[in-house]
Amino acid sequence: MTPGKRTQPRTKLPSTYNPASGHRFNVGDRVVIKHAFPPGHRRTPYYIRGKEGVIERICGAFPNPEELAYGFDGEPAKMLYRVRFEQKHVWPGYQGPARDIIEMEIFEHWLAPASGRAKPASPTQNG
Amino acid sequence: MSDTSFDYYAHRKHDHGHGRGHGDHAPVAVADAGPPSEYEIMSRAMQELLEARGVVTAEEIRRRMEIFEEEFPYRGSRVIARAWADPAFKQRLLQDGKAACAEMGVELEATRLIAVENTPDVHNVIVCTLCSCYPRELLGMPPTWYKSDNYRSRVVFEPRSVLKEFGTVLPDHVTLRVHDSNADMRYVVVPMRPDGTQGWSEDKLAQILTRDTLVGVTVPRVPEKG
Repeated sequence: MTPGKRTQPRTKLPSTYNPASGHRFNVGDRVVIKHAFPPGHRRTPYYIRGKEGVIERICGAFPNPEELAYGFDGEPAKMLYRVRFEQKHVWPGYQGPARDIIEMEIFEHWLAPASGRAKPASPTQNG
Repeated sequence: MSDTSFDYYAHRKHDHGHGRGHGDHAPVAVADAGPPSEYEIMSRAMQELLEARGVVTAEEIRRRMEIFEEEFPYRGSRVIARAWADPAFKQRLLQDGKAACAEMGVELEATRLIAVENTPDVHNVIVCTLCSCYPRELLGMPPTWYKSDNYRSRVVFEPRSVLKEFGTVLPDHVTLRVHDSNADMRYVVVPMRPDGTQGWSEDKLAQILTRDTLVGVTVPRVPEKG
């Protein structure tokens, strides 16, 4: 088998999203995950929507998976963060110690600044 | 756990079924006994199209599968053994996992690797609740349990119970840090180096850095003498 000439993959369509400029949040900022349930391919787990956490690190800009999933090019890239949550906040019935945490990656357009102190966990069923 | 396929060494078993009759090999598995599934047909058709257009060759695909089985499963142990042996390397690994791996000639295609360190106060465990994101280039293919609904759904909300089922009991003063590998990062745990491993070579250290210790469902142990 000869490697042969490689044909370029067909150019993907541009995204309809607006560009992300810089990053809106900094490490340590309190944020709330949007409590929204749009259809489509979303990398924001249901169980974390509506919950409050703290920015643990800024991962950088990555192609938007919500567009990639449908054959678009994922551009413009979206800023991705790691957000840290207290388990007792995420799961009101959490059995482990209060110090336990869970962290995950959330794209910027799913984040809003948290207003004041952490609210009690949403009673919404997760998942 | 409903899924008890703890098959760490399964890929090393070579059940060729040497055999009988005309000297040919009996089937290794019966997975292909029935008619091909829709996805198999789709996958095959896609491969044929890609080959026909010169995008990939069958040899490249075969080689890729071979690397996945023969090389990838052992890379993570080597990297973490180096981190144990070389504190400066460990710092670089924690800072930028991909760059540190590249130093060792372990080239990761994954966009980013985040190494998370266990300490006397913190224990890390990795999951992907959305699918089965896994550091495949360091640990090979994910085990069946990692992909199970059981593990993926429970380790986020009752992680201590799940760890206990793996034989790992964490004291309450240890913070359990669960990482949902839900987007572009991939994770590997840097376990604590156990006592009794002083002076060990990196190769020897790598032997106790099993896959499960690097996912965080257990911790490395020094085998008892005897």
